[in-house]
Amino acid sequence: MSAHGAAALFEVRSVSKYFGNVIALEDVSATVRAGEVTCILGDNGAGKSTLIKILAGVYRPDEGSVLLDGEEVRFSSPREARARGIATVYQDLAMAPLMSIWRNFFLGSEPTKGWGPLRRFDVAFAKKTAREQLRHLGIDVRDPDQPVGTLSGGERQAVAIARAIYFGARVLILDEPTSALGVRQAGVVLRYIVQARDRGVGVIFITHNPHHAFPVGDHFVLLNRGRVLGDHRKGEITRDDLVREMAGGAELDELTHELEELRRGE
Amino acid sequence: MAEAGDVERTPQATTGPPADERVVGVGPVARVLQRPEIGALAGALAVFALFTSTATTFATLDGAAVWLDVAANFGIMAVPVALLMIGGEFDLSAGVMVGSTGLVLGLLVTELDLNVWPAIALTLLFGAAIGLTNGVMVIWTGLPSFIVTLGTFFILQGVNLGVTTVITGTVRVADIDLGDGFESASKLFASTFWAPHNFTVAVVWWLALTAVGTWLLTRTRFGNWIYAAGGNAVAARSVGVPVAFTKIALFTMTSTTAALLGVMTALTLRSVQAGQGIGNEFRYIIAAVVGGCLLTGGYGSVIGASVGALIMGMAEIGIPFSGWNSDWRFLFLGIILVLAVLLNTTIRRRAEEARRR
Repeated sequence: MSAHGAAALFEVRSVSKYFGNVIALEDVSATVRAGEVTCILGDNGAGKSTLIKILAGVYRPDEGSVLLDGEEVRFSSPREARARGIATVYQDLAMAPLMSIWRNFFLGSEPTKGWGPLRRFDVAFAKKTAREQLRHLGIDVRDPDQPVGTLSGGERQAVAIARAIYFGARVLILDEPTSALGVRQAGVVLRYIVQARDRGVGVIFITHNPHHAFPVGDHFVLLNRGRVLGDHRKGEITRDDLVREMAGGAELDELTHELEELRRGE
Repeated sequence: MAEAGDVERTPQATTGPPADERVVGVGPVARVLQRPEIGALAGALAVFALFTSTATTFATLDGAAVWLDVAANFGIMAVPVALLMIGGEFDLSAGVMVGSTGLVLGLLVTELDLNVWPAIALTLLFGAAIGLTNGVMVIWTGLPSFIVTLGTFFILQGVNLGVTTVITGTVRVADIDLGDGFESASKLFASTFWAPHNFTVAVVWWLALTAVGTWLLTRTRFGNWIYAAGGNAVAARSVGVPVAFTKIALFTMTSTTAALLGVMTALTLRSVQAGQGIGNEFRYIIAAVVGGCLLTGGYGSVIGASVGALIMGMAEIGIPFSGWNSDWRFLFLGIILVLAVLLNTTIRRRAEEARRR
């Protein structure tokens, strides 16, 4: 596979994962470089979730290897993966809706000042930093005290992405960040993805929507029933081909054909 | 309040750079109205005005000393109960625990002839152990804390009666003031100041606990964990918040504070009834809810809970001061609880409305 260059930041090579006699993933390879977006495309049941969990350190592959900076790694936990700079933003975003933006931003990693019993949450720093980091992504929160629940879906994604980048993510794994959003909001999130990419982060964008993947992706890895159906670089594939391949390619042709037959029969 | 919010809404599309997002501007008025304790503060002013007009002695220093003492006895417990509720849990044994710990202190002093000071230390340890048990049970079983602490409530109620009857032959432990060290301990836990109005020292404890609780909630890492443990425990765990530790610590704080109040009650009354404190658990919860805490966790205020306790203290005293039958206070409690829940639900819906957009 041509995609496996030496400069790959994060890579899975021929990984397989079995649950009993169910093949969740078989011989799947994908790679992401710094400042690039790799899209993992697949319908429900294609193995996207299993792949995310392998990338995020939740599962270890039964076969194949995971490589960070070209060296094989075996993460024992998601925490370890995070410590090595691999941040995963799940659909639920790991946020408490009634808590303010700055509280959510630093949740679990609160900055402190002072010593002993006077050691306290550095609130001023947290507010300022959360606001600055969101501005880097092109979103202007006027009031960092606003509860996250009052933000739009796209803005909440932005908070999660900004948080991951701030805490040193080199690889950002986004699990279906656009799936629950309207067209407009999805466009906003795609812009955040591009902004993260431009800051040198390697982005792995998992989606079932080729229309969202095509404008931002540098690589497209298509999964189907746990196997790689196609692996394309940007420019090697048109949007229509991507949509067609994603929708099942030959199967879709067959379906179209059948539908036409039906219509002729009427 | 909806009107105020609408006035503040200024779609950002015309001004800011990210024209694709509707950022809602929040003015100072709207921000104040969004504070969780605002409803309780308005309520407290209304209740104060009501009883000032119906009872001539209510708004005097002598009157205030009386209702502040009652408020303090609710407020001392409302602080940890509010923190626990923001952390997503209940403690129905918080009321009976005041009785249990008071009895423990009384028995240590009267039956074992212990000096009051070490007896207080042991009592606080006993309280901490009960809360630790509550917390560990809730985390370990995964059952709702409502059920687990209801169990603790009945167990303690039974033990209080049973043990007291077996040891003393009556349903009370008396003569605590005969113990060594009673005088000095009373100075700290059960004295009064500012003669001739005689404010109780409980008021000072209450204010101090409110300040410490507020600082803990809003200005420490632990406070952030409390909000997150109640607001979204799964998310909190996934970003490394020690949710189990946070909740167990909150249960322990609640029961230790109950032990503190038990000590204060025992030293003030010099005797403890086996039924002491029972029924108050709901008053602590009402104070927290009136003060803006959500029953579902993740949101609330310690100051609000203390204001809730203040409202209840004023009502308990204002009703008899006005010459009305004291039984009316239950009606009053019920009404302010329902009003507070309605208000809080509105606040929460507004905070979460974007989720359903």
